[in-house]
Amino acid sequence: MSIMKLTATTAAIALTATTAFARDNVQVAGSSTVLPYASIVAEVFGENFDFPTPVIESGGSSAGLKRFCEGVGANTIDIANASRAIRPAEVEVCADAGVTDIIEVRIGYDGIVFASDINGNSFEFTPEDWYKALANEHFIDGELVANTFETWDQVNPDFPAQPIQAFIPGTKHGTREVFEEKVILAGCEEGGFFEAMLAAGVDEDTAEEKCMAIRTDGRSVDIDGDYTETLARIEADANGIGVFGLSFYENNTNKLQVATMSGVVPSTETIASGEYPVSRPLFFYIKAAHIGVIPGLKEFAEFFVSDDIAGPDGPLAEYGLVSDPELMKVQETVANEVVMGSGS
Amino acid sequence: MKTSLLAADARTKKRNAAEKRFRAYGLSAIIVAMSALLILLTSVLVNGLSSFQQTFITMDIELAEERVDKEGNRDPAEMAKTTTIGYNSILRDALIATIEGEGLTTDLSNRDIADMISKEASATVRDRVLANPDLVGQTVTFDVLASGRIDGYFKGDVTLESAALDSNTSPEALTLAQQLADAGVIETKFNWNFFIWPDASVQRPEAAGLGVAILGSLYMMIVVLVLALPIGVASSIYLEEFAPKNRITDIIEVNISNLAAVPSIVYGILGLAIFINFMEFNQSSPLVGGLVLTLMTLPTIIISTRAALKSVPPSIRDAALGVGASKMQSVFHHVLPLAAPGILTGTIIGLAQALGETAPLLLIGMVAFVREYPAAYTPEAGLFGEASTALPVQVFNWTQRSDPAFVERASGAIITLLVFLLIMNAVAIYLRRRFERRW
Repeated sequence: MSIMKLTATTAAIALTATTAFARDNVQVAGSSTVLPYASIVAEVFGENFDFPTPVIESGGSSAGLKRFCEGVGANTIDIANASRAIRPAEVEVCADAGVTDIIEVRIGYDGIVFASDINGNSFEFTPEDWYKALANEHFIDGELVANTFETWDQVNPDFPAQPIQAFIPGTKHGTREVFEEKVILAGCEEGGFFEAMLAAGVDEDTAEEKCMAIRTDGRSVDIDGDYTETLARIEADANGIGVFGLSFYENNTNKLQVATMSGVVPSTETIASGEYPVSRPLFFYIKAAHIGVIPGLKEFAEFFVSDDIAGPDGPLAEYGLVSDPELMKVQETVANEVVMGSGS
Repeated sequence: MKTSLLAADARTKKRNAAEKRFRAYGLSAIIVAMSALLILLTSVLVNGLSSFQQTFITMDIELAEERVDKEGNRDPAEMAKTTTIGYNSILRDALIATIEGEGLTTDLSNRDIADMISKEASATVRDRVLANPDLVGQTVTFDVLASGRIDGYFKGDVTLESAALDSNTSPEALTLAQQLADAGVIETKFNWNFFIWPDASVQRPEAAGLGVAILGSLYMMIVVLVLALPIGVASSIYLEEFAPKNRITDIIEVNISNLAAVPSIVYGILGLAIFINFMEFNQSSPLVGGLVLTLMTLPTIIISTRAALKSVPPSIRDAALGVGASKMQSVFHHVLPLAAPGILTGTIIGLAQALGETAPLLLIGMVAFVREYPAAYTPEAGLFGEASTALPVQVFNWTQRSDPAFVERASGAIITLLVFLLIMNAVAIYLRRRFERRW
């Protein structure tokens, strides 16, 4: 009977499936900003080593770290990519699940750029402009009033009368945090709004919170997807200005023009020198307990930060990563498996 | 008042007008639907057909011993120390030599010339040398991939104007590529490898293929077929032929109909909780994907199987029972064979639905960068336990890449998926036409 045979096969599947525990490839998940870099490294790693090519998933820094902290074992990931440092709360969640030894690896820096349609107006921004354009409420004469700016020339008379339309990364992206801290909050402080609030008796935490609150009247749109979505929105709306990673911009220079920030044009050089203010380090986190259990994990991590790959002439720099001036130190961290919180 | 049989009265006119209007509504609805389909298909075909073509550079590569085998022992283990990064310069020098050999001159820097060759090419050459150490010291002719921008130029996606603004290529490089094409060095031809190669990173869109995704989808379909068909058919036969009609079976019936309408992402959440977190199956594996899709497909299969069983006339059951067959004999000898075409059609349509499903797979880690072909069975990972992707997720994945060359790849993957779906639906129609019996 064919049905009997099918049932037998089903039982066989169920039996073999319950024994499926181990795996021989490295599994990585996390930041969509780090994903292209990780996949470039994985590809070259697979070509040149006897280990299988690591599997890289996307999903955002927070989602990746959440999965990273689910526990130890072959059904959890080995490496979490993140476009921001791990938070103390996340370290705690990790520890509760038994993930106590985490190696933090900084792979380099990524610039955050503001770009608009190549045929539109060009802009020379300062963080203050962005704060004024996107803050939910402005602090005027001792009071918080809703942001009423509709066009860029209201923000800064030097700008054209183009409607304000910003596409910024959604809150699940690590990029959003950097944008809020290094652009919006910095602009709030630069423009003296932060101090004015403190002077008016607002406590520091509330003032910071008010500074970083982004308007929700549609002038600023959260993009939860990837930069391709931001690009599509800008192509559809020529007035749009989007927040991108430097590498994404560099791969689409025929569609986008980049705005300067405080007079500095973003490039790997200006970011490495620290002149361009909006950049952030990129990380990946290794589960130390998996080293030696998952074949190729340590080799992959060492290869990732090797001079050939993450150095200034490597493929990652070519794609837009600003290589870490302290790469040697990072290499030592990986080689010696120095876990977080062990003092060094 | 006289009424003529030849002239229509007011009421008839009104009724006729209403009918005409209704026909016009129906026709316009169909026209809207057809034109939407047409626009969709045209845009996919226009964007995607070029992905089946690929640009190759044919050149003689000198595999000098001092560059690929420094020890001179022809030992693949030692030769593996020359990484693909080392091979890049060999390829660059070979292309420069080819350009000079054709009598062409260019202002491009050596680095820009190297950028005309795909980064995948060095791996292709290295693999061949490692597999065949005798090639060392010889000059071998290779067909290597051209870079994505050069490929895009021959497909019309990249123009001299766009290249002037593009940081990854330059009009000079495209002009040189055109001259090389005129000399027969660069050629665009049909690309079977699109269906065979695995995914590739953002830096080499020209090398990205559907191999892993097709394999992953195939494995998942096998799991779905092997699990959903017997479970679905057995439960339908029981419900339809054996189960007493009471409150409990009513509740089960309502539940099955409701399950068929549950959004597929819910099955993904379920799969993540049960199969990965509780049963600890491997993430990203076709086994988990197949199990989730099985849950999703089961209601569809049960409903269509029950419909097929219902359509078998009761007289056939009665006749079988009348000549002394047991209930089970009547079902398995008479009802089931007659219902088989309907069951198969339902199963195939359920499978086609599962093949195109993306949402639940997002949650179980199948949206991943996977370059290793998953094995059907390994002792470590078990049956279908190795990480893989699937066709619809590959589309999702490629549309998110920063390099514009992936747009073409994504559309090519959509075409491939559509062709698979079309084949499955055609088989379903054929089976129905060929075997269906009407009473």
